[in-house]
Amino acid sequence: MTTSTEAWAPQDAEPAAAHAPISPADVAEAARLVSFGLQAKLLPSRDAEYAELVRRYRDDPPFGRLADAVATGMGLVVLEVSARAGMAVAAAEDSVFAVRMGDYSRRAASESTDRFLHGLAHLAVAALAFPRPEDLADDGYLGRVTVNGVDAFVRQACRRLEERAAAEGSNTDPASAAPGLEAAWRVWARRSATGATKDARRLSGSTTGIVSKAVSFLLDSGFLQKTSDDAGGTYRTTARYQLQVRDLAGSAAMGELLDLGVVPVSDGTATLLPPDDSEELVADAGLPFHSL
Amino acid sequence: MTAIADQPTRPAPGPAADEGLARRLKALACTAPLHDLDSRKVNLAGEYASYTMAEIGLAAIDLVTLNMDFDTGADRDIVLSRLQPRIAAQNPGRAATEHERVARWVLESLINVGSVDRGFRAVYGTFGPDGEYTRRDYDFKLIEEVPGQDGGVYLRTTDEAVNVLVGALDTDVTSAQIAAEVKLEVLIRRGRLADAQLAAEQARYRTVQYAETLRRALEATRRNVRAVDWMETVPDLIDEALDHIADRYRHENAILTNIRKARDESVDAEHKRRAAELVDIVKDCIRRHTQLQTRLLEAGPLFRAEQDRQAFSAPTARTGIDLYGQLLAPVLTLPLADATRPTDAFFARGTGLRTPVSVRVSDLVDLLLTPPVEREHLGAELPEPDLVATPDDSRFSEAQLEAALDLLDLPADAPRRLSGLLADARARGTDLDEDGEELAYLVALLAVHAASPPVGTAYRQGEERLLFAVDDGTRLDDPGFGGADLIVGSALLDAAGMAADRKDAV
Repeated sequence: MTTSTEAWAPQDAEPAAAHAPISPADVAEAARLVSFGLQAKLLPSRDAEYAELVRRYRDDPPFGRLADAVATGMGLVVLEVSARAGMAVAAAEDSVFAVRMGDYSRRAASESTDRFLHGLAHLAVAALAFPRPEDLADDGYLGRVTVNGVDAFVRQACRRLEERAAAEGSNTDPASAAPGLEAAWRVWARRSATGATKDARRLSGSTTGIVSKAVSFLLDSGFLQKTSDDAGGTYRTTARYQLQVRDLAGSAAMGELLDLGVVPVSDGTATLLPPDDSEELVADAGLPFHSL
Repeated sequence: MTAIADQPTRPAPGPAADEGLARRLKALACTAPLHDLDSRKVNLAGEYASYTMAEIGLAAIDLVTLNMDFDTGADRDIVLSRLQPRIAAQNPGRAATEHERVARWVLESLINVGSVDRGFRAVYGTFGPDGEYTRRDYDFKLIEEVPGQDGGVYLRTTDEAVNVLVGALDTDVTSAQIAAEVKLEVLIRRGRLADAQLAAEQARYRTVQYAETLRRALEATRRNVRAVDWMETVPDLIDEALDHIADRYRHENAILTNIRKARDESVDAEHKRRAAELVDIVKDCIRRHTQLQTRLLEAGPLFRAEQDRQAFSAPTARTGIDLYGQLLAPVLTLPLADATRPTDAFFARGTGLRTPVSVRVSDLVDLLLTPPVEREHLGAELPEPDLVATPDDSRFSEAQLEAALDLLDLPADAPRRLSGLLADARARGTDLDEDGEELAYLVALLAVHAASPPVGTAYRQGEERLLFAVDDGTRLDDPGFGGADLIVGSALLDAAGMAADRKDAV
């Protein structure tokens, strides 16, 4: 686990002075660092060259700016460069590295309900991995999620909304002519949780199937690490995932919500309150889900 | 003028009447899948008109409800196998495979396997506050598939299905159960066991439903301590449930004593049978209560453990986004069309990056010509084992075994002495080995082996003949072997009769 930066020291790393002109070798090194960053599962602690480049990024500001520039030019956003996360880069909008919903799931491209369910699954995985605001802010926090847990978590939220609607006496059955007006929670609640298939694989259209697709995709992105097969698959988060959710995804989704006029604009102070009732924040900012 | 014109367009004025109608329409819709079974059976390839599918469907819902456990649902295979006798009784002349097919078809139809939601939808209309008529979709499930602890898929009946099954369960569970059990007690005392059984079964359905309600509450607790009010609501709920269990336990034991008496004292065979069934049902109720009680006792320690973990984690200076309160919860309340915008935004930035694959034409040709990759579920490829040819060290050759078996293939009515067989073997064996001694040795071994023939195995495997050897006291006079000159013969076994016996035994 320990880094062995001393063991491997390139000749040109230390004397790279602030005033020295940029050499093609520096650019190659910077690009090399970015290429390490693109291999999301690779960590500096596992690769001495990577660790050395990360160290140089932090110690040598011109080199850092160069690496940032290379990343930006390639359509990447640098989230953090550190020993724990490596060079955490994310795809900028419309970058060649960005993941499109149509590539992710063919069904999601054509069906608006499936599109929503796949998106919601990712949101729910993040929400369960970082249940409290502090968890998202605390760099040392490791979240744990299980596939069945994420599904149960969303279903519980749906059930509470259903109960609230019933208590208010409102009819939540959607009008047949306008499926787009159906409340979002109903779409998840209606979809079957699992299903038997002929070849004992998970039913891809079921909610656990959708969640498990999400987590295995995040696994490939280097955002989760699998710990066991319990409860449909148990995973823990990586530093990159926390960065990605905290710095990009969360705020992007918040922006959309604000555009829709859902979240009241906060005054920027630390206490962020949920939109509707403050009890909910206390209630469900609660604990990470543990299947055990 | 307008008031008069409005009158006929709203036949059911007042939201209450409209709501009642909607409720009844929904209840009606829940029975539709059952009726549908009988109307759709003509579409099945084959002659299925003689099966009453609705009956099988109701029986299936029944079975799933009764086999539902506290933690998981009912096992699909158990439900299917228990459904078989009823199907077989409907059409005893047909093959068992057909019965199985019917069972599967009914169960899959009740799950509605073809649809992506695996559920049903009915359309009904309501009048809005301004008199506007709106058609609405009512989505429901009868049997749903849930993931089990072991990763398997289990079945649970939904509240709708229980309503279809027992009817009018939209009441307070506790009071409904008390009423049913008082009724049961009275019925038993009067000796009306047929009615008592019905009441007992209804009581059991209510017990199951009660357990289901509590299961959900506890599940929510386990998932999230603060989601549940641990100051008042949950302790009250647990106290209430424990009181309820204690009460029911007393009650059911009293009933049990009563029925046992009825069972033992009754002279009527039918009465006896019903009473015995009742005993089983009440025992099952008691078992379910015990199970529930165990869970209730675990709830307190669970809460404290979860609370400790949260309370003593160090607070951090920074504050992040509250993903649930600020994102997930609001998104869920939005209409679908709007909700897709934030989820899309989250997806686009929260899934990470993929390095695009660029293809050169030469690579593409290779790619297209590469055979498809094996499915992952077949597992990792096994390394080709490095096999070393072992020398053939068996004492007898295939030809020798064949010759020996040929010699021992004796007609059933003509057993032979071992000495004669050995002489034959030596005569025949000369063209297989030098002096035929090897073949004679093999024959002798086989004969000795046949001295204790594996009759049981042959019987189970349905073999038609069996080699046996008997010692009648004659000594073997042979240069190579000593011992008894066995009588070797073949016994015919009645294979058909044995097969029939086996079937009867099962």
